[in-house]
Amino acid sequence: MARMKFLCDAERCIECNGCVTACKNEHEVPWGVNRRRVVTLDDGQPGEKSVSVACMHCTDAPCQAVCPVDCFYTTGDGIVLHDKDLCIGCGYCFYACPFGAPQYPQQTAFGARGKMDKCTFCAGGPQDDMSQAEYESYGRNRIAEGSLPLCAEMCATKALIAGDGDEVADIYRERVLRRGGRPQTWGWDTAYEG
Amino acid sequence: MSKSKMSKARRRKIAIWSTFLVLSLSLALPLASYSIHWLGMSATAQDASSAVNPRSDLWRAIRGGEPGYSAVKGEGANVLVQSGGEDWRQFKEGALLKNLPWAIVGMAVLLLLYHLFHGKNKLVERHLSGRMVPRWNVFERMVHWITAFSFIVLAITGISLLLGKNLLIPVLGKAGFASWASASMTIHNVIGPIFTIGIALMIIMWIWHNFPTVTDLKWFAKGGGLFGKAHPSAGRMNGGEKVWFWILMTLGVAVCISGVILVSPIYPQITIPGLDAARSMMQQASAVHAIAAVIWTAIALGHIYIGTAGTEGAIQGMATGYVTEEWAAQHHDLWLEDMHRDGKVLLPGEPRGAQNQRGTVFGPEKPLQLGTVYERTD
Repeated sequence: MARMKFLCDAERCIECNGCVTACKNEHEVPWGVNRRRVVTLDDGQPGEKSVSVACMHCTDAPCQAVCPVDCFYTTGDGIVLHDKDLCIGCGYCFYACPFGAPQYPQQTAFGARGKMDKCTFCAGGPQDDMSQAEYESYGRNRIAEGSLPLCAEMCATKALIAGDGDEVADIYRERVLRRGGRPQTWGWDTAYEG
Repeated sequence: MSKSKMSKARRRKIAIWSTFLVLSLSLALPLASYSIHWLGMSATAQDASSAVNPRSDLWRAIRGGEPGYSAVKGEGANVLVQSGGEDWRQFKEGALLKNLPWAIVGMAVLLLLYHLFHGKNKLVERHLSGRMVPRWNVFERMVHWITAFSFIVLAITGISLLLGKNLLIPVLGKAGFASWASASMTIHNVIGPIFTIGIALMIIMWIWHNFPTVTDLKWFAKGGGLFGKAHPSAGRMNGGEKVWFWILMTLGVAVCISGVILVSPIYPQITIPGLDAARSMMQQASAVHAIAAVIWTAIALGHIYIGTAGTEGAIQGMATGYVTEEWAAQHHDLWLEDMHRDGKVLLPGEPRGAQNQRGTVFGPEKPLQLGTVYERTD
């Protein structure tokens, strides 16, 4: 079984926000929610670096650990998904997540939090694969269709790579060997153990 | 002139070579960046051979939660990695779930043991005169009971959310518990503000009666009458009630303020100044809320026990507003003296509220006085 991972090559990311837009369009993400975002450090200064970040689908996912209704589950591919029918919008996963992935659409008056929304690695949710119900709640299930996450596929500079962790690591290792420097598997030490 | 003399062959030669030059330059110039890159690469390779990662400061800053710029707006959107969540998770999975709830169990066991081995704190004087002393007015009782029922509802819903994953999911199943948890959270969020108003009114209403005095020290020295036959002197509030008030005030302020922070929305689209709580603040508020609420629930069990099953006649005061003169003499003797002096004690047969119609305390009529002998009705 593959172990799906994201990797953003900070030497390549040009902060075009194409991944953010692609994701938002592909899944018809609720208003105000962006499942992926690009963060730029030292913006406008020499050595400026950008990293695209979304849910990293952690091995020992903090969101899963703190959820009071136990709505998270990890698929055989190592993708962390959640069940919106169980989610109560308490906000705990947002407190716990290192990457700030969980977000809540506005539900009702007084700005109450709706059900949590986050990156699904384009793998939908607990409903039947590629069903209308799944699409409405979680967006398209590209994994079931045999495709990889659209953010990575659309990436113009191929900074963002998604797929089986071993293959992602191989591609990245080759790049580092070619261009020199050191591997900077951003976020991997936080998200993936061992 | 020389131009016109130029041969046709030479002109053709120049045309061909200049075309070739333009073409080759147009191919080569865009690649010029590569030559810079090669130079850069050799520099990078040199860096790589040294011990320090040229990018290490950047990655260290990211790991330390340094904010950057993001076109996506929202709480924490410009931060790549935040570590506060891991601390919060450690606390939640550790102390909060494994240790704190035992405070409630421990208190319940202590009270049960006290009740089994010591028993109810009975009224010593069994012959009742029928004279009643007004203890809590209508407003005080209304605030007390609204706050009390809110507290119980908040405690049940709060503990459901805290321990439900371990205790209720095995019983109700995931879907069953999710609907209960959803209802619990909604009820908790709606009752919370009512409770907050109740606590605020209690603080304003009762703080004047709860400043500690020497009498309270003596009361504590005698163990508050918890064990043995001693009934230490007390004013309207005894030492124990005062301690309960200050617990209620400090924990109440902590729980209510942290609760308001926790229900604050976190949306990218809503930025009301002061309303959108920062993530770190919410993590801390969650910890404060849980610690204070669980400890408070444990202590409240003691208050509920003392006020109901633990002390004969105590519930009467908060239920009807009046206590018997005998109960007042046993538990709040100094206060009873004041009430007599002020002519506030109701004679048998007098309607409720009659004490308020009596006029001035030291007026000529003086219907009741300390030390006056009244006929017993029994």
